[in-house]
Amino acid sequence: MLALEGVVSGYGPSPVLHGLSLTVAEGEIVTILGSNGAGKTTTLRTIQGLLRPRAGEIRLAGQPIQGLATDQVVRLGIAHCPEARLIFPRMTVRENLEMGAYVRTDREGIRQDLERVLETFPRLRERVGQRGGTLSGGEQQMLAIGRSLMARPKLLLLDEPSLGLAPMLVTQIFGIIREINRAGTSVLLVEQNARMALKVASRGYVLETGRIVLEGPAADLAQNEQVKKAYLGM
Amino acid sequence: MRLRSLGGSARLRRALGLALLLTAATFLLDTPASADQGPGAPVRLGAVEELLQYLLIGIARGAVFSLIALGYTMVYGIIELINFAHGDLYMLGAFMALSVVACCGGESLSGGAAAGAIALAFLVSTAFTAGVNFGVERLAYRPLRNAPPLAPLLTAIGMSFIFQNLGLFWGGLPIAGMGSQAAAPKSFPDLLPTVNLVQALGIPSGLSFTTKDLFVIATAAPLMVGLTLFVRFTRLGKAMRATAQNRMAAQVVGINADRVIAATFLIGGGLAGAGAVINGLYNNTIVFDMGYNAGLMAFTAAVLGGIGSIPGAMLGGFFIGIVSSFSDWQLATQWTPAVVFGLLILVLIFRPQGLLGRETGEKA
Repeated sequence: MLALEGVVSGYGPSPVLHGLSLTVAEGEIVTILGSNGAGKTTTLRTIQGLLRPRAGEIRLAGQPIQGLATDQVVRLGIAHCPEARLIFPRMTVRENLEMGAYVRTDREGIRQDLERVLETFPRLRERVGQRGGTLSGGEQQMLAIGRSLMARPKLLLLDEPSLGLAPMLVTQIFGIIREINRAGTSVLLVEQNARMALKVASRGYVLETGRIVLEGPAADLAQNEQVKKAYLGM
Repeated sequence: MRLRSLGGSARLRRALGLALLLTAATFLLDTPASADQGPGAPVRLGAVEELLQYLLIGIARGAVFSLIALGYTMVYGIIELINFAHGDLYMLGAFMALSVVACCGGESLSGGAAAGAIALAFLVSTAFTAGVNFGVERLAYRPLRNAPPLAPLLTAIGMSFIFQNLGLFWGGLPIAGMGSQAAAPKSFPDLLPTVNLVQALGIPSGLSFTTKDLFVIATAAPLMVGLTLFVRFTRLGKAMRATAQNRMAAQVVGINADRVIAATFLIGGGLAGAGAVINGLYNNTIVFDMGYNAGLMAFTAAVLGGIGSIPGAMLGGFFIGIVSSFSDWQLATQWTPAVVFGLLILVLIFRPQGLLGRETGEKA
């Protein structure tokens, strides 16, 4: 459903991604592993149109989408749960979630999805009238994930969902990612927690300084000596 | 994001320094010119009545400050730009209002025709200032969106000069309402009835609360209530709040930030136009450099209330209106700018986030 081909992208004069190619098939969970600065976040931002690629092509269901504005990309069904918990600090939890459905107009569906998200994250239900900025880090992470689900996306881009969370919560978050996927959403997951990421993903890519250096089924990557050494600490 | 927020407050400090410098310049250049509106209460008042009288004057004055302050605060809230041209936009709104009213017949209008001219002035002036603000954002500020923050700030100051000179040019045009002297103050037709409601209602008091005062409140209040409801409940209003709180997060959920910023300039500009019509009808005199003082007062109001906060700008506007009215009364009109800006300095020292503002740290 999503295909990147030879994408060159970055911020300043020197690109971060040097001709990146990857695919996500319908219904798949694909993970991108890589250390800090490898270009993982840049990849997701480029897909969503927050950054404009300098070369290469990004296709969604065969249609080129590079060069579209972010709001148009969101309308096409790509939601993004950014790292660093980009929530709205002075809006309530409910308002934050409703903002996730900004591009939708089906009131009834939005109401149902809100209910579903609050069911998935009981902690958010308890704090539904509280301002986003007053939540703990883990709760803000749940809020960001919940908000991205409110778009009812076809493809979900998840940027470091486990970052800074307690191990219990990490397990829970990955369980939720699996559920989201089972409900029909394809997922592109960027993670530093390679162990967990390779457990839920069907395929994976290893990104180093803006280039894919390894790719394959998640199970194979988990057995790869290079991956073991660099990302699994074995 | 923390870094950006620190950068933002440094920018605010720099801008405030600039504002203070400009203020110092005002003192050197002109003081008595702005001291136009005295209370003009002919009857002797008791102490409490006198207090009430100046309070009423302050509220009427504050309503206009509030409307201008909203434009400052909304724009700052969303792109962290202190739009120094905003006061001059308000002045252009006043010139547009005068042109409309004068074209309709000016001083000779009465009754329904006067009401029609006033309504038309509101419509045209508001649309005009909204459109100009929108256009300036599109042409001058948007291309600088990712430039260092000093660039748009200086652009805004440049815009202020351009607007003032446009006002000067406008004042010299051979059209109705403008005199032969471009720089001279223009008289704005006194179209509102001046009936003292206190007397009309038979209340035994020397207080003066006229239909004019009522008009100011009856036009400004719905605008402020409307804006508050708009920002709170509508889709665009929510998108504005979201963009102000975190632009990247807003884009991520599919908000077109450019469009939201444009809408903010449109609304803020429109409010300045409405304020200009109200002020013209209330004070009956306008001049090409009126935006300078009004802008600084409104800017102070916005900072006092907590820049970026919409209720703060309203509160700050009324507060400054009342303080300036009390200062006119107890000290002298020449002292009023010093009192107001002295207050600004105290606020910046002891409560830099303003009355209703948030701690800078909270801005994610």
